[in-house]
Amino acid sequence: MKKNSIVKTTVVILTVMIVALTFMGCNKKNSADTSLKGTKLALAGSTSMEKLCEAMSESFMEKYPEVEVTVEYTGSSSGIEALIKKSVDIGNASRNLKQGEKDKGVVENIVAIDGIAVILNNGNSVSSLSKEELIDIYTGRITNWKVLGGNDEAIVVIGREAGSGTRGAFEEILKVDNKCAYAQELDSTGAVKAKVASISGSIGYISLDAVDSSIKSASLEGVAATEENIVNGSYTLSRPFVMATLGDVSSQSDVIKTWFEYIRSEEGKKIVSSVGLVLPQ
Amino acid sequence: MNSRAKIRLGENVAHHIFTTSALMQIFAVFSITLYMVAKGAPAFIKVGVPELLFGTQWQPTAESPSYGILFIILSSIVGTGASVLLGVPVGLLTAVFLTEVSDKRLSRLVKPAIELLAAIPSVIYGLLGLMLLNPVMYRLEKLIFSNSTGHQFTGGSNLISAVIVLAIMILPTVVNVSVSSLEAVSPNLRASSLALGASKIQTVFKVTIPAAKSGILTGVVLGIGRALGEAMAINMVAGGSVNFPLPFNSVRFLTTQLVSEMGYAEGLHRQVLFSVGLVLYIFIMLVNLTLLRLRRKETE
Repeated sequence: MKKNSIVKTTVVILTVMIVALTFMGCNKKNSADTSLKGTKLALAGSTSMEKLCEAMSESFMEKYPEVEVTVEYTGSSSGIEALIKKSVDIGNASRNLKQGEKDKGVVENIVAIDGIAVILNNGNSVSSLSKEELIDIYTGRITNWKVLGGNDEAIVVIGREAGSGTRGAFEEILKVDNKCAYAQELDSTGAVKAKVASISGSIGYISLDAVDSSIKSASLEGVAATEENIVNGSYTLSRPFVMATLGDVSSQSDVIKTWFEYIRSEEGKKIVSSVGLVLPQ
Repeated sequence: MNSRAKIRLGENVAHHIFTTSALMQIFAVFSITLYMVAKGAPAFIKVGVPELLFGTQWQPTAESPSYGILFIILSSIVGTGASVLLGVPVGLLTAVFLTEVSDKRLSRLVKPAIELLAAIPSVIYGLLGLMLLNPVMYRLEKLIFSNSTGHQFTGGSNLISAVIVLAIMILPTVVNVSVSSLEAVSPNLRASSLALGASKIQTVFKVTIPAAKSGILTGVVLGIGRALGEAMAINMVAGGSVNFPLPFNSVRFLTTQLVSEMGYAEGLHRQVLFSVGLVLYIFIMLVNLTLLRLRRKETE
């Protein structure tokens, strides 16, 4: 008898749980009613900007639930092309705009700068590299630190995995796409940092904001990797993140204006910093 | 409703719950297999089976990308094979020690310790390898290749580190299964062997181990399965570059290939990663089919 009722109770409880779970998914947010109701904002472009765009659009839609933001990651050039064809509102590019693009009325709005620091073990006597030397190290033409005036020690070339944004930017800026001979391919900034901190002959690259005292960042062409030098353009291992519009932002629709206002607000700046990017001045 | 009807109802409900549970398991196995094939097959067709399986260039983000995973497959096979060659003799001899040589009290102390080894999460093994093994390997590398020009220095993250970590990880599996199969050998067999004048060691190697053979093999196959499927620990110690599996080369296994690139991969690159998953899945299935066959033999 008792067993019988236990079985029945279990079935009932399970059913109630399933039904409850099904309805929980349908919970809708109450949206504040404004003039933006039902508007859509379409972005397309650079794959490297995925982290920034995802974080930005997510928090934007939380604040303005009546706007639907969609971002496609198709590559910088095709993003700008889509903008020119007016199939999107904003074209994302992880490079400066070309003259040809500007001639078609595309306006370059730099929302963030991606800076990369070249890092060395603290025990390494080398502290400055030229762009040429950096390229030679990463393509395997220079394999010992003594060539660069350091100790007689083999260079351990550490990088990120294929598909990583940092790796993409690093190889793109130095024009060594897929020519790098990595001794280690690690899948996180933390891992690169830890390895460079523990291997005396190693070299690696990470986002500028991740640099700390466990490693030292090398200066490039005599210019130290600092936010200041990135903003004034003297440190060259960096690239701008552009959200291009057709015509000035001030001439755009309300929803686009709101988007840029949000990016330049304190909240937006926080998001830019949180994904490891430098704010443009 | 009388009491008999109530009982019958309860029986029926219970019966259906059990059947549903079992069906969910079967459904899970089938849907996973179906999903892996559906996701993994398209890239095989797009890239081409020989290009994918026998290509040696892994450049998924290049302008004209190449998706050769031969070195990755070889690394998985060589790494697993070497760790089994290293781990199984040690594991088997430990099992012999525990069941045949040591006194009962010591066994009672050592056996739980080994079972504990099996419960340690793989990330801990990886961490130990990273902190202890890699620096030793780096020193060794500097010694061996001090005058070599052809070797690319990896800083101690290499195939050997991965093999050692894997060998330690499969030990508990091999030991535990071997111990139970050695214990299952009838004491009469041992007694007969000893009575015929064979020494204790002769008895162990000529009588007890052969009698427990299929059980020990099961342990070996389980060990292979564990080594082949391990990702975390290897990811931390093996370096992760795609290279031919030489002892001091930084290598990438099938598992770590998925772990390290799934995050940002897209398009065909992502599809190829699913194909890598399918290859791994097929390997694991083959290992498990071997296991099933061994178990069937054991019961016959």
